[in-house]
Amino acid sequence: MPYWLEVPIKSFPYLLKGAVTTLEVTSLSVLLGLLIGTFVGMGRLSRNPIFSRPATVYVEFIRGTPLLVQIYIIYFGLPSLGLNLPKFPAGIIALGINSGAYVAEIVRAGIQSISHGQYEAARSLGLTHWQAMRYIILPQAFRNILPALGNEFIALTKDSSLVSVIAITELLRAGQIVISRTFQSFSVYFAVALLYFVMTFTMSRMVRWVEKRLAIP
Amino acid sequence: MSEILRVENLWKSFGKLTVLKGVNLTLNRGEVLVIVGPSGGGKSTFLRCINHLEKPDRGRIMFDGQEVDESKVNINQIRSKIGMVFQQFNLFPHLKVVENLTLAPIKVKGLEESEAMEKARRLLEKVGLIDKIDSYPSQLSGGQQQRVAIARALMMDPDLMLFDEPTSALDPELVGEVLDTMKSLARDGMTMIVVTHEMGFAKEVADRIAFMEDGNFVEEGPPKEFFKNPKNPRTREFLSRILNV
Repeated sequence: MPYWLEVPIKSFPYLLKGAVTTLEVTSLSVLLGLLIGTFVGMGRLSRNPIFSRPATVYVEFIRGTPLLVQIYIIYFGLPSLGLNLPKFPAGIIALGINSGAYVAEIVRAGIQSISHGQYEAARSLGLTHWQAMRYIILPQAFRNILPALGNEFIALTKDSSLVSVIAITELLRAGQIVISRTFQSFSVYFAVALLYFVMTFTMSRMVRWVEKRLAIP
Repeated sequence: MSEILRVENLWKSFGKLTVLKGVNLTLNRGEVLVIVGPSGGGKSTFLRCINHLEKPDRGRIMFDGQEVDESKVNINQIRSKIGMVFQQFNLFPHLKVVENLTLAPIKVKGLEESEAMEKARRLLEKVGLIDKIDSYPSQLSGGQQQRVAIARALMMDPDLMLFDEPTSALDPELVGEVLDTMKSLARDGMTMIVVTHEMGFAKEVADRIAFMEDGNFVEEGPPKEFFKNPKNPRTREFLSRILNV
């Protein structure tokens, strides 16, 4: 077997471990992003400027600055303010905060896609604003935005490669480590790309499956 | 007869457009009031002010001895006593018929699920839709959806039911079943305010008919008089237009 082929095959378990780390980092960031995005998305729609202003500033700022810079600020910048985050939490928080801004816009559109009559019907029955949101508006909104959320999660999976710069050994960094010992850049990077593709393709299929399952008859 | 609703000098504007101009109304328990009038005259807005879906600019609404005002009372508690049926039904499409009915009683009134289920069955029986209990709203016809919406409102044991053009979005052949459900409700003694263009229903069921135009009641009275001898020229014009089709 030629050396260029032998390297990615032999180091496959190591790359796979990196891929698992990628999935861990991504899924925790997705959860954080969903949580932030749901509340900020609702905040954007609030009539009270105490909620809508900060939500708008957050969304605009995060979307208008590079994720790489955001990662640097949280991992290298915060310590100079006395806040030392270990690399894993730092990476997840940076990705989650970033994703939250995009999710917020998706959630906002999702809520706006539900007719106002739904909210009024809920309120007319005596449900509070939060109950109406929780039981009537958000469940319908999330069904509508599932494809968009799926895209966002896939994008986040790929973006998670950026946390390799703060020495989290996820898939990309695992590949770089292999290459630094073997100098087989093409075949190893190609294997890395393939593994990303397997992950994102599986995710897009899963989203489609969930979409079908949750579809309202 | 005891008074259940009193509206005093109610005003409401949307931007520069003044929709309600000092409306007054009293309604007794068990009464059926039908409001008619040209579109844009403020009928729907008036109805929506009663349970504060629209916040009035000025005036007072007393419901069952309590002032309907978000800053003074628990508005959710009052709303749960005022059922509302919408032109567009507004059933919750992601919930089954039975869940549409049981959600609010469980979440707002704290009913046990088994209690709520039993009640839902009883009411679906009453509106003739017990076989649709596990269907989703989109699987029902418009008329069936509106009957479910009525049952959903009744789940809260309301003291007053508001109907906002409940048959206007229906195909003509489906109007009858909804009106029948409303008639039987009226016969059971429910207090109702109905905004509608169904004059047959008004004649048959209403205790009082009120004609609203340009933000205020122009004329009101028992249906016989209202249709036979309308006093106000505006009312006469309106009636001649819709009755001589």
